[in-house]
Amino acid sequence: MGTPRSYRTQGIVLKQTKLGEFDKILTIYTPEFGKLKAVAKGACRPKSKLGGNVEPLTHSLMLLARGRNLDIVTQSETVNGFLALKSDLWRAACGLYILELIDSFTVEGGENRPLFELLLDILNQLSTPESNETILRYFELHLLHYLGYRPQLHRCVSCDSPLKPAVNFFSPSKGGILCPHCNSEENHHYEQTKTTLPKLSFSLSVEALKVLRLWQSCDYATARRVRVKPELSRELEWVLQEYIRYLSQRELKSMTWLKEVKEKFANQELDNCWVEA
Amino acid sequence: MSFVAEPVARLIEEFNKLPGIGPKSAQRLAYHLLNGPDEEAKALAEAILALKEKIKLCSVCFNTTDYDPCLICQNEERDHSKICVVERALDILSLERTGKYNGVYHVLHGTISPAKGVGPEDLRVKELLSRLQDGSVAEVIIATNPNVESETMAMYLQRIIMPLGIRITRLARGLPFGAELEYADDLTLGQALENRREF
Repeated sequence: MGTPRSYRTQGIVLKQTKLGEFDKILTIYTPEFGKLKAVAKGACRPKSKLGGNVEPLTHSLMLLARGRNLDIVTQSETVNGFLALKSDLWRAACGLYILELIDSFTVEGGENRPLFELLLDILNQLSTPESNETILRYFELHLLHYLGYRPQLHRCVSCDSPLKPAVNFFSPSKGGILCPHCNSEENHHYEQTKTTLPKLSFSLSVEALKVLRLWQSCDYATARRVRVKPELSRELEWVLQEYIRYLSQRELKSMTWLKEVKEKFANQELDNCWVEA
Repeated sequence: MSFVAEPVARLIEEFNKLPGIGPKSAQRLAYHLLNGPDEEAKALAEAILALKEKIKLCSVCFNTTDYDPCLICQNEERDHSKICVVERALDILSLERTGKYNGVYHVLHGTISPAKGVGPEDLRVKELLSRLQDGSVAEVIIATNPNVESETMAMYLQRIIMPLGIRITRLARGLPFGAELEYADDLTLGQALENRREF
């Protein structure tokens, strides 16, 4: 018995690239097959039956036919188009950032159902007016968890002793917190070996550590209620993005765009997206 | 491809780079030129050279043109208080074919694409803003493509033009002629319903 010639799956479109005159290659995140690439034939034609159903940031139900190289999307029906998300500049920028994160941290064919559920949940939450910047931090933390990069926030990653409520140090290369003692030892070692590697760790305030620990273990509804001062919010953003940058080994392009939108339109009616002071 | 004479192989390779032309079509085109009259090949070569030598970007709207400013910007009969913002110069052709627009254009040469690292500074956005400064423009029509990235672009433009107090409109979204409701996506159908017109 051969494998069936076509199969059904739900999926969230992460990315499109043009193929030839009218076709598109879609990168889709699915619960059963993880990330997969498929061709949407004729998706660029104005009368295409796929058209709007295969745009990025769309949760669709798809029928795919097995192809020689890439599978072919034969039918697609939108489950949720996240319209509220697409029609707001800041939310759309967040959405695209989330998609790029998923795309850059996953490989084709690696099934990861919890990650799909997380992605779907986050996009749903982002479409609601109550969502604020916390959602990005929450997503980043949980994404790292499902990918196996969960930062160790409770014990020192070097000496394994419980962390004291003082300023500790976050080390991206060690994947967690270093206590002040281990950090100075690491720094000493770093200076002696005179490596050209970037600095190993940076300080993390007690409040930031507390918030990270809470977000790591709670659901989004609880995470959203935490009131974070702008200064702390910046610290959290910085810590997580440094860690992500270290892991992905490259600059995420949509991260730059997200920052630009945030800075440029900070005084316009984007106010509702800021974490309350 | 050592069994093909070098000049032919070179031409095949060049044709192969063009969109929509595969290796077989490239071979066919090359041999067609080889077997055809000399004038035909010369005319083609000259047309290609002229394209690159004479065509430049209009200094006002950044349309591709052989005159500067382009014929549309020069035309006094057109309504210069309306600017239609498009992504590519090709889009102007489509809009002109409708025969319903009498204003001028502005070509951005691309769209904001966070995934590809294209931001507003890589596009002709600054130039658009400086065109809007002198107060002679009453309306900006945003005619970007209806997809997620161009939508981002449209929202971005709206945000930066809004403070200037200029009327901003955008192309309506709806069902293409000859399509079927059954296959329309929610966004299109929803908007088509919202923006329905008196019959």
